[in-house]
Amino acid sequence: MSSWPVYGDWRLLTSRRVWATGYKMNCRSEVLEVSVEGRQVEEAMLAVLHTVLLHRSTGKFHYKKEGTYSIGTVGTQDVDCDFIDFTYVRVSSEELDRALRKVVGEFRDALRNSGGDGLGQMSLEFYQKKKSRWPFSDECIPWEVWTVKVHVVALATEQERQICREKVGEKLCEKIINIVEVMNRHEYLPKMPTQSELDNVFDTGLRDVQPYLYKISFQITDALGSSVTTTMRRLIKDTLAL
Amino acid sequence: METDLNSQDRKDLDKFIKFFALKTVQVIVQARLGEKICTRSSSSPTGSDWFNLAIKDIPEVTHEAKKALAGQLPAVGRSMCVEISLKTSEGDSMELEIWCLEMNEKCDKEIKVSYAVYNRLSLLLKSLLAITRVTPAYRLSRKQGHEYVILYRIYFGEVQLNGLGEGFQTVRVGTVGTPVGTITLSCAYRINLAFMSTRHFERTPPIMGIIIDHFVDRPYPSSSPMHPCNYRTTSEDTGVTYPSVEDSQEVCTTSFSTSPPSQCVFTVTKAHFQTPPPVVTDTLRVPMAGLAFSHQLSSSRLSYQPAALGVGSADLAYPVVFAAGLNATHPHQLMVPGKEGGVPLAPNQPAHGTQADQERVATCTPSDGAHCAATPSSSEDTETVSNSSEGRASPHDVLETIFVRKVGAFVNKPINQVTLTSLDIPFAMFAPKNLELEDADPMVNPPDSPETTSPLQGSLLSDGSSGGSSGNTQDDFVMIDFKPAFSKDDILPMDLGTFYREFQNPPQLSSLSIDIGAQSMAEDLDSLPEKLAVHEKNVREFDAFVETLQ
Repeated sequence: MSSWPVYGDWRLLTSRRVWATGYKMNCRSEVLEVSVEGRQVEEAMLAVLHTVLLHRSTGKFHYKKEGTYSIGTVGTQDVDCDFIDFTYVRVSSEELDRALRKVVGEFRDALRNSGGDGLGQMSLEFYQKKKSRWPFSDECIPWEVWTVKVHVVALATEQERQICREKVGEKLCEKIINIVEVMNRHEYLPKMPTQSELDNVFDTGLRDVQPYLYKISFQITDALGSSVTTTMRRLIKDTLAL
Repeated sequence: METDLNSQDRKDLDKFIKFFALKTVQVIVQARLGEKICTRSSSSPTGSDWFNLAIKDIPEVTHEAKKALAGQLPAVGRSMCVEISLKTSEGDSMELEIWCLEMNEKCDKEIKVSYAVYNRLSLLLKSLLAITRVTPAYRLSRKQGHEYVILYRIYFGEVQLNGLGEGFQTVRVGTVGTPVGTITLSCAYRINLAFMSTRHFERTPPIMGIIIDHFVDRPYPSSSPMHPCNYRTTSEDTGVTYPSVEDSQEVCTTSFSTSPPSQCVFTVTKAHFQTPPPVVTDTLRVPMAGLAFSHQLSSSRLSYQPAALGVGSADLAYPVVFAAGLNATHPHQLMVPGKEGGVPLAPNQPAHGTQADQERVATCTPSDGAHCAATPSSSEDTETVSNSSEGRASPHDVLETIFVRKVGAFVNKPINQVTLTSLDIPFAMFAPKNLELEDADPMVNPPDSPETTSPLQGSLLSDGSSGGSSGNTQDDFVMIDFKPAFSKDDILPMDLGTFYREFQNPPQLSSLSIDIGAQSMAEDLDSLPEKLAVHEKNVREFDAFVETLQ
């Protein structure tokens, strides 16, 4: 914690965030909350993130001449949870699954190490890149943010854990229905890009599927109630490095 | 109006709606097959994957859907409905869900057919994939098997929600506006499943000796017949087939693209099992209302007599022969859930009770029966089985050991157990010493085993000290001379090998013997009050002891 910025730096950061917020006007934000046991954190987060990404991924685009393109095929697979009575569907892409598992693992570890009351949240943000002129770097303009707030509970008896398995399973079912409801509204989606703009809208780095550009961050609420953001930390370091 | 839409767009739209309806039915039925679905992504477009989603087409389901649609498309007042229901082994059935694909009059003229409508239909299918795993019927369908099956029925016309009971809930999967109307996909599902679970509780378990024939043709009053959510390539609607073995293999080959079918059924019959399996089910029952239903199912499944297995599975020679030849009245079926590859055997002994999590019990694929047994993990499992059953009746033991034979374990050379080698069974070394020869022979000698045992026995008897691998050319087994490592003959009068052989078959514990156990259970129960009184007298000591632990 000693590397946290002093107030002065924080102010600089805040003003920068405000500036960035100006572009957030069209960004819709959805918040989901779950209460889980420690060992269920990973699966619950993966279930939600994968369900969102299932809806926000397409097949790989193959551009042909005259601006037409064809789209690859997205496969799906069922994933059974070990600690929750729940099954979710994810896109059949090992790379994507690995990437999500990595960040969810970091979140789980951070939660565990925080020692606080076990409150944290993950944010899945879909954004578009907007090319800026030199010397400014490209802007990332979010158009949809999903926030999942997690509250970790500690249970004493095996019976409580069994009940928790089912309860969390039912809760996740509700969350999936909520997610699908939002997806069904057919609100703003970036329009399909031309070949040159493809990387500004989609993440083309995966081999088999093509999700919209996304970034995942998380924050843990520590005992004092103030929130700490890991991406903020990186921003600060970048700012100071300048 | 139609004049606003040009003919090409209209044709495209009709095609999209038609294939969307067919894919919707596929997704729903596949989600109720009871298996996990897995399809591959493909970066290069194949052209045959509608809506850019890899959804397999089960021919029978497509056929049924086309039959129901009869060339029409969903329109106002004409909805396509998929009804999912549950049918128990006793013939009771209950509607669980109705999935409706409807069209209403609200048109969206501005939307582009070939682009936006197509993409939105794709998104709707993804939502359907997610929602089908979330309704209560999904978990029921994952546990279907011998206790009950899940059936589907497709009909076209007015939606009939009467069979869902009171207080059913609706979830809307999504809508897509088109120039000719708005497509809506929704699901109405029953929530009053509670009566089913209490019914199962009250019924006296278990189902003994009932041959469950799932596909008795129940003609549905006014519409199409029900179909099981079990894919059979033999198709043709109402053929009576055996679901437990062959069908699950079919499901495996069509639904799974990556996971190998690693499921085995081991049938072991118990000749001396006096107490009925309620003992088993009681201990397996977890005191949780929600879970109890599933446990009742899995434990009842344990007592299913696999008569059906005998017909279709030519490769499962041993278990089937035992079931037929032993004339046992209380068969037990041990099922190995192999979904994740090599999950340990689900034993029917209470002491091993991890049944709480055995939700994914699956049945065997006949051609894989032998294959499964050859894998290392199953060999451990079969050893566990034979170890755990030491307390049972001796013919049972021998049954188990004969089953172990499939794994091809090595044979001990019997040095000083002449009596056992005259038994016409392989692995005579593993049989307990108090085995009576006359009893053993007719009960444990399946008709086809003598041919394969005799060369083995011959080599056992004729060979001296060297490993008799010469006599085994036609056998699957390799005979290894049992020479334990680091053992020397001169240090002790008894060498390690002899010691091992002598003491590897200890006599049964009397408390584990079922006969004695059954008879003395009444005595045990009677003596309980006295024991309790004694313990109560010593309560202070116990309390003091507990205090020291804290």
